Amino acid sequence: MNKPWFAVRKELSPRRRSFLAVMSFVLPLLVWSLVSYVPFIWHPQVEIIEAGEVDYFRTGMLVDRSVFEQERETLRAEGRELPTGTRTNPVYLPAPHEVATALYTAFSTEPQRRNEKWLHESLADSIQVIFWGFFLSSLIGVPLGILAGTYVAVSRLTEPFVEFFRYLPAPAFGALAVAILGIHDAPKIAIIFIGTFFQQVLVVANTTRKLDPALLEAALTLGARNAGLLFKVVIPGVASDLYRDMRILLGWAWTYLIVAEMIGASSGITWFITQQARYKNFDNVFAAILIIGIIGLTTDLILAWLGRRLFPWQRTARA
Amino acid sequence: MTQLELPSYRDQSPEVADRFTRLKERPVILEVKGLTKTFDTAQGPVTALKDISFRTHQREFVCVIGPSGCGKSTLVRTLAGLEDYSSGEVLLDGKPVHGPGPDRGMVFQGYTLFPWRTVKKNVMFGLELAGRSRTAAEEEALQWIDLVGLSKFVNAYPHQLSGGMKQRVAIARALANQPRILLMDEPFGALDAQSRAKMQGYLLEIWKNIDITIVFITHDLDEAIYLADRILVLKAHPGEVQELIEVPVPQPRTPTQCLSPEFLATKRRLEELIHPPGQEAEEGINGDRLNMVRMVPVNAKVESVL
Repeated sequence: MNKPWFAVRKELSPRRRSFLAVMSFVLPLLVWSLVSYVPFIWHPQVEIIEAGEVDYFRTGMLVDRSVFEQERETLRAEGRELPTGTRTNPVYLPAPHEVATALYTAFSTEPQRRNEKWLHESLADSIQVIFWGFFLSSLIGVPLGILAGTYVAVSRLTEPFVEFFRYLPAPAFGALAVAILGIHDAPKIAIIFIGTFFQQVLVVANTTRKLDPALLEAALTLGARNAGLLFKVVIPGVASDLYRDMRILLGWAWTYLIVAEMIGASSGITWFITQQARYKNFDNVFAAILIIGIIGLTTDLILAWLGRRLFPWQRTARA
Repeated sequence: MTQLELPSYRDQSPEVADRFTRLKERPVILEVKGLTKTFDTAQGPVTALKDISFRTHQREFVCVIGPSGCGKSTLVRTLAGLEDYSSGEVLLDGKPVHGPGPDRGMVFQGYTLFPWRTVKKNVMFGLELAGRSRTAAEEEALQWIDLVGLSKFVNAYPHQLSGGMKQRVAIARALANQPRILLMDEPFGALDAQSRAKMQGYLLEIWKNIDITIVFITHDLDEAIYLADRILVLKAHPGEVQELIEVPVPQPRTPTQCLSPEFLATKRRLEELIHPPGQEAEEGINGDRLNMVRMVPVNAKVESVL
């Protein structure tokens, strides 16, 4: 245990690795808790307990500390009843325990309006939109990318246009998508598709190009020809790298979700967040954001685990 | 320095001379006629190979050696069909060849095993492409793996093998196609000295036991003499055949022959061809040499190392 914690690109012991992984979550939580529970760190506002004789103060109201102090000074000078209050954080920064409670109550609270959805329904909607958008994009993007990375002709025919199109922001197609595809899930899936597809083709093509050409030469001298090269060397050779690319691209797809859910008939988790912010239920907003994070991280961990089973030859011997 | 009294590299014992006579009576496997290759570069065309002609007979072991930049790799890659040539002819069994094919196996200097395939699946690669059934391919592959002594590793992935083992799998993979000729491009260049010596021994064993003709590129003089029946010496700029040497060291080869007079005589000849005496002066003119000044403090109490 005398080994240094900071050594350039030296592996740490398993205990230290897990310790640091836990700390990466504990530290931000600690900062959040400190800011929430220790009054003198920030708490820029005052929650009114007794309004006193300030006519516009109401119990439970939040006012800036400077305003509160000023009113107190004025009343004290006039010798009237003083307002009382406790220092608190703004409404948009709920404390950890409030968010933790919201993680449960957000699922159990009935929607405020009849046409709004429960949280779990919103989540299911979002996951469906992401899935179909990403699935359809991959269905075309991955084969096209592999072909573009393998055959110069395909690359020259597709990549200039893809390069151009990928600079067009996906949200710009929102209105168009609704006009063409109606107001339900189809235009949302289209936005995810547009946001993912063009990046995907380029990323896949580049990864495919990184395949060691010596492997192709070896395959040629062993009798491989066009289709054999593609299916027996190129595809298996880049599969594990493509799998890693897909994990990263899936993260990007989530970024376009917020745009997708704002167009047409609003729905989904990000719409839930917008609504709750409008009602000033910031504990629900934080809870929903956390849920997205948890879903993302869990998906990635499952995919990483699956990747290790799918590509056992990638596992490098660890010292 | 006193020079050893050595025989001429051309002196062959009756047995060796008889063996070469019989060797040249065997059918010709590979014939190269006036092979020329020019590259187009920004500075104009460069001749990499110029008018190279030679022939190899069945089960012959030919080494190609030459100074760096003489195009030995280009030559073997051209023979494999990985590069095209400007003029001349490459005949395999009397028929011209174009492009790469399974009739010419190749082992590269870098490791080119398919990392996603196990040892067995790597060796099965060519057999699958040849349309062999799965069981037949597997059975054949196992025999070749056994031949290179890696039966214990059939299900290992390449990243679990040492460099020498990887090259043995690469040899098995190339041989599984039963090529007419095995081309080897400095296959042991990346190995340490011990592994390399071991691999040379294995390769001679394999060569003795199967019907294979080998063209082996190397820059290591000892390796060339130890392995080859004949050595094709190239010279650089442009790559041309300088001499085709018949190695007078009797077969079968053993490591102890490295100090025999025939071996040393051949090595002296190769040294003359590859590092000719006038060359160092020439390099000096090109500025490719160290510029030595004594970098020791004036009052240092260090004697000259000599």
